[in-house]
Amino acid sequence: MIKFQGVGKEYPRTGIALSHITFHVRKGEFVFLTGPSGSGKSTILKLVFMEEKPSHGDVRVSGVSGRGASRREIAKLRRKLGIVFQDFRLLEDRNAEANVAFALEVTDTPKAAIQPRVHRVLAQVGLASKATSFPRELSGGEQQRVAIARALVNDPFILIADEPTGNLDDRATRGIFQLLRDINSTGTAVVMATHDLDLVRRADCRVIELNHGRIVYDSAETPVGAPEPEPGRAPTGDTA
Amino acid sequence: MRLATREAFTGFRKAPLLSTLGILTIAFSLFAFGLFALVALNIRNALRTVEERVEIRAFVADGTSPEAISTAMGDIGSFPEVLRVTYVSPEEGLVRAKKEMSEFSDVFESEFLPGSMDIRLRPGFRDPTTVKAVAERAGTYEFVDDIGYGQEWVENLYKLRTLATFAGLALGAAFALVAVIIIGATIRTAVLARSREIAIMRLVGATDGFVRLPFLIDGFVKGVLGGLLALGMTWFASETISRSMIRTEFFDTRVAVLGVIAGALIGLLGSLFSVGRHLKEV
Repeated sequence: MIKFQGVGKEYPRTGIALSHITFHVRKGEFVFLTGPSGSGKSTILKLVFMEEKPSHGDVRVSGVSGRGASRREIAKLRRKLGIVFQDFRLLEDRNAEANVAFALEVTDTPKAAIQPRVHRVLAQVGLASKATSFPRELSGGEQQRVAIARALVNDPFILIADEPTGNLDDRATRGIFQLLRDINSTGTAVVMATHDLDLVRRADCRVIELNHGRIVYDSAETPVGAPEPEPGRAPTGDTA
Repeated sequence: MRLATREAFTGFRKAPLLSTLGILTIAFSLFAFGLFALVALNIRNALRTVEERVEIRAFVADGTSPEAISTAMGDIGSFPEVLRVTYVSPEEGLVRAKKEMSEFSDVFESEFLPGSMDIRLRPGFRDPTTVKAVAERAGTYEFVDDIGYGQEWVENLYKLRTLATFAGLALGAAFALVAVIIIGATIRTAVLARSREIAIMRLVGATDGFVRLPFLIDGFVKGVLGGLLALGMTWFASETISRSMIRTEFFDTRVAVLGVIAGALIGLLGSLFSVGRHLKEV
């Protein structure tokens, strides 16, 4: 579903962001990407939704190659990906319903199909009663739920979440995480970048830990020569 | 398309001042061009009237038989460039000269002027080269003493017309370029003002064409409105000049429609260049 094969990414100004990244994410998996700031978590996610192209190696998402995909192919691929960010990225002048509908309108979904789908996902994220509220009238957790509803409305096979709980308090964080688990339980793969080690420890999910642009730990694989991780081992590294 | 149109008008609503400024700049650019085009049109019309008077006069030697003149007139009249050939007798020439130069009428006497074959050319054959060629052919008859067609005058007339045409085209192109740049700048501001929305559109899978469409509609509508405004202003200027100074001719409907289409194209081109370049920055 997602295949990173020997991927490296270099930027002209800041230098090497990722090197020798190889991992696969299978259908329906829930994967945490952890690591300190600047370790390459967001770059990996950008490579998944093809905002960036790899400098070395290849990234394949649902068969589409990150090296050779045309802009049109990337647009089509993104319709099958749900993307969520720490800062929600909602349109302030549109209510929750319109924000979610926006994702369908820009992909030429027939008008008659939009309303039922929007209502379904808003109910799924627990915001059916706040459909007409504007982002400024919603709490951080609720805004993130709207963003998740927008990501879900196209029935994605992968949900990409870049620090989705970074701006939320504990209670809201737990709510959003549970929502992501529920979504995952329906068969949607979730790749979530996070600093929140407590959250990672509590969940029984695959963990990929990055440091200085390299994978230093992948709970699904044991690197050759590395000691077996202890059961329930939390990833190491500075997560400040 | 529906959403794109809605988005384009949302852009108008969100930045009314900037949008108005964009329309006004296109209008003034096209107005300046329109004024020049109006001047060029009226110069060309005036030149056409003058051009219609281009005439070759082949003066006939005294004592030439009417048969020889008639034969020559038949020959010359069969030239494809020639509209008609008229014989002007010395008496008629005198009357005409007195009429054309009334202040010297007392110095003209009977038989003062020779008879002449006046040759008028067809429209499209009044350029200096053709006039000269026909004059030379008419001058080959033995009984033709002299040929007059105001060579210098015809050549200057044509130079002036060519100059007016090229100056009009050059200025038109310059103004159109300015308008494209200005529209490009307003679209750039609109793109940057809506960068968040564009980024979200892309994240959820909108194609480049879809993202571009509202801006193209925006530029097109601004171009049409600017074109209409410019047309109105040019018409007003033309009317004012007609009433207070000299009578001028205004563009016909076809040219007026072309002017508005030009405005639309300028708006569209400005958007196209600007969107193509600046969407990459978002």
